[in-house]
Amino acid sequence: MANTFAYAETRAGELRRVALEAVTAARQLADASGGGEVHALIVGAPGVAPKAEQLGRYGADVVTVVEDSALDKYSPEVVAATAAQLIGAGGYRVAVFSASAQGKDLAPRVAAKLGVSMISDATSLQLNGDAVVSQHPVNTGKVIAKVNLTGSPALVTIRPGAVAPAEANRAARVESAKPAIDPASARVVPKELIQGNTAQLDLGEAPVVVSGGRGLKVPENFKLLEDLAAAFGNAAVGATRAVTDEGWRPHSDQIGQTGRLVSPELYIAAGISGAIQHLAGMRTSRTIVAINRDREAPIFKIADYGIVGDALEIVPVLTEAVKEAKKE
Amino acid sequence: ETRFKIAADGRSVDQAGLKFDMSDFDGYAVEVALRLKEKEGQGDITVISLGPAVVQETLRKALSMGADRAVQLEVESVPFDGLAIARALAAELKDGGYDLILFGRMSIDSSNQTVGPMTAELLGLPCMTAASSLEIAGGRATARRELEGAAEILEFPLPAVITIDEGIARPRLPSLKGIMGAKKKPLEVKPAQLGDVHLTVTQMELPPERTGGRIIGEGPDAVPELVRLLRTEAKVL
Ligand SMILES: Cc1cc2nc3c(=O)[nH]c(=O)nc-3n(C[C@H](O)[C@H](O)[C@H](O)COP(=O)(O)OP(=O)(O)OC[C@H]3O[C@@H](n4cnc5c(N)ncnc54)[C@H](O)[C@@H]3O)c2cc1C
Ligand SMILES: Nc1ncnc2c1ncn2[C@@H]1O[C@H](COP(=O)(O)O)[C@@H](O)[C@H]1O
Repeated sequence: MANTFAYAETRAGELRRVALEAVTAARQLADASGGGEVHALIVGAPGVAPKAEQLGRYGADVVTVVEDSALDKYSPEVVAATAAQLIGAGGYRVAVFSASAQGKDLAPRVAAKLGVSMISDATSLQLNGDAVVSQHPVNTGKVIAKVNLTGSPALVTIRPGAVAPAEANRAARVESAKPAIDPASARVVPKELIQGNTAQLDLGEAPVVVSGGRGLKVPENFKLLEDLAAAFGNAAVGATRAVTDEGWRPHSDQIGQTGRLVSPELYIAAGISGAIQHLAGMRTSRTIVAINRDREAPIFKIADYGIVGDALEIVPVLTEAVKEAKKE
Repeated sequence: ETRFKIAADGRSVDQAGLKFDMSDFDGYAVEVALRLKEKEGQGDITVISLGPAVVQETLRKALSMGADRAVQLEVESVPFDGLAIARALAAELKDGGYDLILFGRMSIDSSNQTVGPMTAELLGLPCMTAASSLEIAGGRATARRELEGAAEILEFPLPAVITIDEGIARPRLPSLKGIMGAKKKPLEVKPAQLGDVHLTVTQMELPPERTGGRIIGEGPDAVPELVRLLRTEAKVL
């Protein structure tokens, strides 16, 4: 089949995990539909080119590197114009992006420039005759829609975590290209990247999420959850909107309908009532643990394991027990 | 909690018993518009919705919150394809003389997050998506977008398209006076100039139901049993 395009997202000069997922998704789609090359695009400040080799390892045959000192931060108009130019000229059947904050900004711009429709937040991706077929959670994950996209190229954003990066060992040819428009001409200008705690796992990627609600009473008690997360070693800390509204935790930690959607192997909810808007963001977690003083709290209805009681007493004991378990 | 049912056609949600309301993020967008108008002491707010007659309720709600006029772009049913919607909105907006065109970050029903930035491209306007804060001064805007574990600040000139995330402004409830006043505000109905539809839903399914509800104990004494279950049954420890 025709070649497949993948956009490899970077932040502060580093490839993000979703970049490897996008390249893997493109490789798997190509392999499942009669072959063809995978062409990846990576954009950044000078120095980003060496990352191309890593994309080869995940299945890219060609990596186009666009380096420019003005592109140290994501510049929406420049990247969109550059991606649209490459995709338009390359005759691709499918172009894969990530359904990350950056990918959700970028892909619709590119699609509209090319005059094509697109699939968002796909959890699966296949070619079926003259259509691209995907699944896509709608209505805050309460319904799964199977969607059909005709027309070429077909743009798709892949939900983070839906595809596990898999090595395919290609030695990618590296080509360099110029941005399609002068970065100085962009109207939307990136001013600042505010890095969070980079040592901490991202909520969307952490295998374990430990979340707190208003039941934790005061912001200082989130230290108990941070300790529990540290005991797991592969955990991130989340929160409810009641908590982010109070300013106890930043809005970016909010899980739910209007916050982040997470689907970890283990979700621990402490002092969380289980409002539907919160459940919308975590109900697809594999195992759910709830700790709540109120036996009637709705969170217990979807929890695999519930403990009734004071989270402030229970969490520290759990932390010690997890530490012990990890030692063995 | 609403449990959705799949309609007999197998590719849509059964609408019986569902209550239609403004999408969460569109509530935030309307509120942002109202606050900007209040701050500037001038301006005119138009709300536009593409859809069948039921969207008039949503438009009336926006009018009762304080928007000045409404336009329904009439279609029998809303296509799933964001570009088809964006084409109709762009056709309506192109001669509107708007300083700001606000969208929600995401609609709840399609969850596509594409209509805003696609409309911006079609109109050739600068676009900021998922703004979680916004400041406007001297014809320029500064906005913040939340990223996974980080955030970014961008600057752009008006007129512009902005899609609104949570965190800027919580929508007000319409007052009684607002509700009464909304009945007298103009609501124009026009046929939508939909673009071609290339993205369709072929099937809808409910995700497997969770079988939760097991309370394993009370207080710190239940912790050893929890740890045992996490190791042996759930195998996550
Ligand atoms: C448009 C809209 C969007 C929304 N989006 C989101 C969203 O994205 N995410 C989200 O989370 N919410 C969202 N909400 C808010 C949601 O409806 C709830 O208000 C919120 O989730 C409640 O947070 P909570 O569970 O922390 O607080 P509460 O509902 O107040 O629950 C606190 C719980 O803690 C328990 N508790 C108290 N003390 C203790 C103790 N010592 N030990 C153990 N348990 C204790 C109580 O029994 C109670 O169950 C949204 C609401 C709206 C209207
Ligand atoms: N039928 C529609 N009519 C008017 N605005 C819409 C429509 N569909 C989507 N939008 C706008 O686009 C935003 C994003 O929607 P979506 O791309 O479907 O996630 C929504 O929050 C609305 O502001």
